[in-house]
Amino acid sequence: MTFHLAVALNDTGWHPAAPPGDTLDPDFWVAQVQEAERGLATLVTLEDGFARRGLDSVLIALRAGPQTSHVGLVPTVVATHTEPFHVSTQIATLDWVTRGRAGERIKVSTDPGEAELFGRRDPAAESREALFEEATDHVEVQRRLWDSWEDDAEIRDASTNRFVDRDKLHYVDFVGSHFAVRGPSITPRPPQGQPIVTALAHVDTAYRLAARCADLVFTTPDGVGRDGPTGDAATTLRGVRSAEAEIGRSEEPTQVLGDLIVFLDDDATAASTRWTRLDGERTLRSDAAVFAGTADELANRLEGWAAAGLAGARLRPAVADHDLPRITRDLAPELARRGLTRTAYEADTLRGLLGLEKPADRYAGASS
Amino acid sequence: MTKKQIHLAAHFPGVNNTTVWSDPASGSHIDFSSFEHFARSAERGLFDFLFLAEGLRLREQGGKIYDLDVMGRPDNVSILQAMAAVTQHIGLAGTVNSTFNEPLDVARKLASLDFLSNGRAAWNVVTSWDEFTGENFRRGGYLPKEKRYLRAKEMLDVAKRLWDTDGGEFDIHTDQFDITGRFPLPRSPQGHPVIIQAGDSEEGREFAASSADAIFTRHGEKEAGQEFYRDVKGRLAKFGRREEDLKILPAATFVLGDTEEEAAENAREVQYQQVSPATAIAFAEQVWNRDLSDIDPDGPVPSFDPVTENDVDSGQHFSKGRASVRMYRDPVATANEWRELGEANGWSLREVVIAKNGRHTFVGTPQRVADTIDDFVQSNASDGFVLVPHITPGGMDPFVDQVVPLLQEKGSFRSSYEGTTLRENLGLSPVRALSQS
Repeated sequence: MTFHLAVALNDTGWHPAAPPGDTLDPDFWVAQVQEAERGLATLVTLEDGFARRGLDSVLIALRAGPQTSHVGLVPTVVATHTEPFHVSTQIATLDWVTRGRAGERIKVSTDPGEAELFGRRDPAAESREALFEEATDHVEVQRRLWDSWEDDAEIRDASTNRFVDRDKLHYVDFVGSHFAVRGPSITPRPPQGQPIVTALAHVDTAYRLAARCADLVFTTPDGVGRDGPTGDAATTLRGVRSAEAEIGRSEEPTQVLGDLIVFLDDDATAASTRWTRLDGERTLRSDAAVFAGTADELANRLEGWAAAGLAGARLRPAVADHDLPRITRDLAPELARRGLTRTAYEADTLRGLLGLEKPADRYAGASS
Repeated sequence: MTKKQIHLAAHFPGVNNTTVWSDPASGSHIDFSSFEHFARSAERGLFDFLFLAEGLRLREQGGKIYDLDVMGRPDNVSILQAMAAVTQHIGLAGTVNSTFNEPLDVARKLASLDFLSNGRAAWNVVTSWDEFTGENFRRGGYLPKEKRYLRAKEMLDVAKRLWDTDGGEFDIHTDQFDITGRFPLPRSPQGHPVIIQAGDSEEGREFAASSADAIFTRHGEKEAGQEFYRDVKGRLAKFGRREEDLKILPAATFVLGDTEEEAAENAREVQYQQVSPATAIAFAEQVWNRDLSDIDPDGPVPSFDPVTENDVDSGQHFSKGRASVRMYRDPVATANEWRELGEANGWSLREVVIAKNGRHTFVGTPQRVADTIDDFVQSNASDGFVLVPHITPGGMDPFVDQVVPLLQEKGSFRSSYEGTTLRENLGLSPVRALSQS
């Protein structure tokens, strides 16, 4: 089985002292996504949030989509402050534009400052559990809307003058404690049927969210979560699996990728010196563990993760300019040489790269 | 003195009966290749911008999803963003509703589109129709009718204030919004995306004159166009704006032919494609506000009167999610008019519907169409047109290949893009920050 190499893009890198760059220029982002594709990455994620400086990540993905051909594109969506209907059609559009390479990372916002940008609610007055449940509902609505058009709903039947067969369009009729959505979608079922939903999780609440609604989970082996150390790769994997058991997940288990911030250089000293120097400007505080060393050493560590059962790694380049090309040009070939990762893209869709079939439409055969 | 320049926009075929899907040339309405083809054609024709209307709920008639027209479309701003990747100059305009969105999100998305297209974003600000659409959103039909327009005005005003913070702090309290914090982006390449308004009412004209860069109209007739043009342009001075700062762009359809006769024949064929027998019944149902499935579209206009209870504002109308139903303010009078038209000309119901709804703005040889467009613009009946082709994705190609060169020969249309941003190509003044004005 392929060990998945994913790249997490964030500004000019994950270290807060990473030198600034032209993050408002489309070419900056297209170049990074293309670089990840050069390294045969399964997907790139794009960080986002309304309270952080920067461009809308869904639009960055849409801008990069037509200029790439294989890599999965996974922007971040804040469930707490968005309309599930809009997000569903946005991600479906990304899937149409990329012919099946769309995903999303669903994120919960508990930040009161972020809530004030919208002025509609006070997350501090709501429990974390309730906000996570809302995010689960958000994804459920999106998924229903993606299925609300059966693949063959468009018929163009000249004999009856009908463009669609409305028996293949379905109301989703979701009613939850935060919203109700009637449907159907305005957007036909995306090429993947169901784009890939991912979540970053450090603690049980988030593990359960992921178990309920995600296809892919990013954990932070040897990192730190809200409740303290997250444990090693095997421990985070167990955390996800027990959440899946606890909530009675009926779909196949999630694929679990470990997150790691990386400083990569030709020798380990150079990498750790770089880390120390940047920390001198601003200290890196991170949920994920930090690796500073050579591509060969990193490959050893990731081999260990693979042995522990992780499906892949999501690497966060500390300094994008420097560490992203090191990932794609030094690490990726080394992982491939060891037989851990792919040597060429074997599929055209993100589901295909993840070894997932296009799922049947939940409404197929049902009356509208 | 240089001749007044024509501005052209290309409307991606919409989900209505103008768009013909039964023609062999009609391609996918959702594959990206169609959007790419359309965008590249319009850019080849040096159009100012592409325009996409928005959909938030599938239309219904008689309690069932309306199945006769092209339907299914992408999210608007999303597909515009993707089209930015396959074009370099053309403006990217989309409708974004003010009722089911929040200003921070919309302002951030449009500023992102502006950055990620190097200054080509435009926003057609609209308010939403009804509770029917609201059933797809968190807030449902919460907004009373009289607040919808207010919300649209405040949405635009607040968005401009957010852009003008240049990535700084804001603290905004209005009837509709109470928001505080820091806007996450500095000013985008255009300062503000180009702002488009549609609407013909006194309130709409005043709003456009004060705040919009372009106005979409339905005035395809020259005299009515000139009157509208004089009226709206005359309002600009009191807001300290130049006449060039608001572009008036009526929507227009076109059918070409090598001869006038061929064009007329082509137009007739397209009209019959646009109004199928089933579509004729559906249109009549929108006026009669009831089921007419037992009526023969090739027979006469129904002799009985429309149902007048449950009008369009009641939320109980036979047709839902369709803005055009609002045109039938007096359905009994409309029905009488249709009946008289049918009787006077010996027309069937379908032929009446074609006569009332299927007329094309420009029908003729490329030379005739170019002459008409130029005359319209030079006589100050408009600043150009939003052209609505009836075929996806190639519907704009004949215009680009055959009419645009003739407009260029007349010296009324650009031979290359003048500026790098949409605002520059439209000949608009640069945006000044509020603090500097």
